[in-house]
Amino acid sequence: MTKNYKRTESLYDVATHYCAGCGHGILHRIVAEAIDELGVREKTIAIAPVGCAVIAYDYWRLDCAEAAHGRALAVATAIKRVQPDKVVFTYQGDGDLAAIGTAETIHAANRGENLTVIFVNNAVYGMTGGQMAPTTLLSQKTATTPLGRDAKLAGYPLKISEMLALLDGVYSVERTSVSNPKEVFNTKRAIKQAFENQIQNKGFSMVEVLSMCPTYWDKTPVDAAKWIEDHMSQYFKLGKLK
Amino acid sequence: MIRKILMSGNEAMGEAAIAAGCKFYAGYPITPQNELTAYMATELPQRGGIFIQSESELAAISMVYGASASGVRSMTSSSSPGISLKQEGLSYIAGAQVPAVVINVMRAGPGLGNIWPAQSDYFQATKGGGHGDYRMIVLAPSSVQESYDLTRLGFHLADRYRIASMILSDGLLGQMMEGIETDDEARAPLKIDKPWALTGAQGRRPNIVQSLYIRRGDVEKHNIVLQKKYRLIASREVRFEGKFLDDAKLVVVAYGSMSRIAGAAVDELRKQGKKIGLFRPITLWPFPSKELEKVSKRVKKFLVVEMSYGQMVEDARLSVKCGAQVSFYGRGGGGVPTEKQIEREVLKFLNPKH
Amino acid sequence: MSKIKINKIRCKGCSLCVVCCPKKNLKLEDKLNEAGIFTAVVVDENNCTGCGFCFIMCPDTCIEIEG
Repeated sequence: MTKNYKRTESLYDVATHYCAGCGHGILHRIVAEAIDELGVREKTIAIAPVGCAVIAYDYWRLDCAEAAHGRALAVATAIKRVQPDKVVFTYQGDGDLAAIGTAETIHAANRGENLTVIFVNNAVYGMTGGQMAPTTLLSQKTATTPLGRDAKLAGYPLKISEMLALLDGVYSVERTSVSNPKEVFNTKRAIKQAFENQIQNKGFSMVEVLSMCPTYWDKTPVDAAKWIEDHMSQYFKLGKLK
Repeated sequence: MIRKILMSGNEAMGEAAIAAGCKFYAGYPITPQNELTAYMATELPQRGGIFIQSESELAAISMVYGASASGVRSMTSSSSPGISLKQEGLSYIAGAQVPAVVINVMRAGPGLGNIWPAQSDYFQATKGGGHGDYRMIVLAPSSVQESYDLTRLGFHLADRYRIASMILSDGLLGQMMEGIETDDEARAPLKIDKPWALTGAQGRRPNIVQSLYIRRGDVEKHNIVLQKKYRLIASREVRFEGKFLDDAKLVVVAYGSMSRIAGAAVDELRKQGKKIGLFRPITLWPFPSKELEKVSKRVKKFLVVEMSYGQMVEDARLSVKCGAQVSFYGRGGGGVPTEKQIEREVLKFLNPKH
Repeated sequence: MSKIKINKIRCKGCSLCVVCCPKKNLKLEDKLNEAGIFTAVVVDENNCTGCGFCFIMCPDTCIEIEG
């Protein structure tokens, strides 16, 4: 008798605004499943980023705070500090976490805040129309790197997870992807682990997930998943960084 | 039990916050308010609260946003340049209707300016330094005792109206020490329940603390709610103090530490038999415009004195009856108008032919 | 034999499920639905092993599988 597969309680039964094949949809389900499997829905507080996932609270049956662009980890720090018994997590994109929010990210990590961070890396700014993100690959074309990202002009794709792995305050950092079933299972394991770390007061746990953005990679969803495997994960290596 | 303590303005505001039940403070070092941050670092953890020195002022205001969204009384403090960094956060706090207390110990600007006192952040505080149509309750103490009292009041008003209260102090008031009386037992903080707070959706629908309304028209509806709230506050929470208003020929209008110096000048002129009065706004928003207008039915000359090049003067001009003249004297960039200079300006304005 | 239900209204036709099914038991419809999308459809009801790959790859949780 195999398992039943159906929508988990923390995920509202509504259509999402995400584009066809966008990795956010998979990740929203994974986060909801992890929370329900750990039985913590009623004491979990989410912090939504500014980006495609800004209205994540329309999809999760959770208390949720919106944060100004880049400030999710500062908001989360305070919510967790004043409510240490609650499960607090941020769900952020690459611009939110590794561009405008770099200082908040590094310092929350360096303070070892007991938080779970879901970092969705899709190498572009989706909500605003496909601009270069800190994690845009070299020679990747975006709305603001029309000829392809040139390191001389726009620097290198930022390995924020590797940077955070160096900090003593950080308990665990992992990079996974949602490009195929094996990786999605792996992402689910990593995210559930990151929540468990928090519940056991282990400290700052982040999962960076390489995620498809078919629309602004100008690829079909299937090709976008393939692009993660052929290109993105060559630069952003999957695995446990700390 | 009444306690008498000699304290600096900065520390008095810290003590007041804790007495008001503040349980979260985030701050970043900036002169001339460092004593407040240090006070909270020392006192708050011992009195059931959490202190964080954040990586920047804008992280600090976002932390206050988070702690307040959890239903906890929270505060941050800074000085002019740091307050500029908090403007985006203040707009989010207004949009999401999150209570908060923010203290600005004003210093000379613009830019790095200096650490000398000034009042040149009046516009930023009362007209909104952030984006969107929003207001903050702005309270202007003129003594260390009032710095204590208005900080406590700020917490109450913030919770009552789900709004940010800004205590607009300055380097003079923050650094100077005066005796204050505190009577904490008598006025324990009023408990205001917060069903909207983010505490985990247990046995209730999830709460969302948000300022984004993505469907067309919803933001406008939300703004109408905010505007209604601001009108309600304006109708209830105006505070000001007047001296010799009943027989004054000319009224000096000044707030904060400036009103102390102007008050001395008025007293001196009264000794010389001159009929001068003093009008001191305590709430800078909501500005006491109806009250000033009432005074202007009888008094036809107003001299606004500020440690700036004229900001509150505009609100005074908007308030008075058209027949009244509103003149201005001010010094900015850390300059502090002296008693003598104010007396000279008053006499010049009182009898122009001199 | 596992039973698959696909929510035709929610499906955006991304075909991530189609390519990952080990049994090649999913495909896109050959005619557009009223939203102008080629939605996913089961090829053979009795050929599903209930592995769940399609469920976990679907970004819109359109698929339900009874064990």
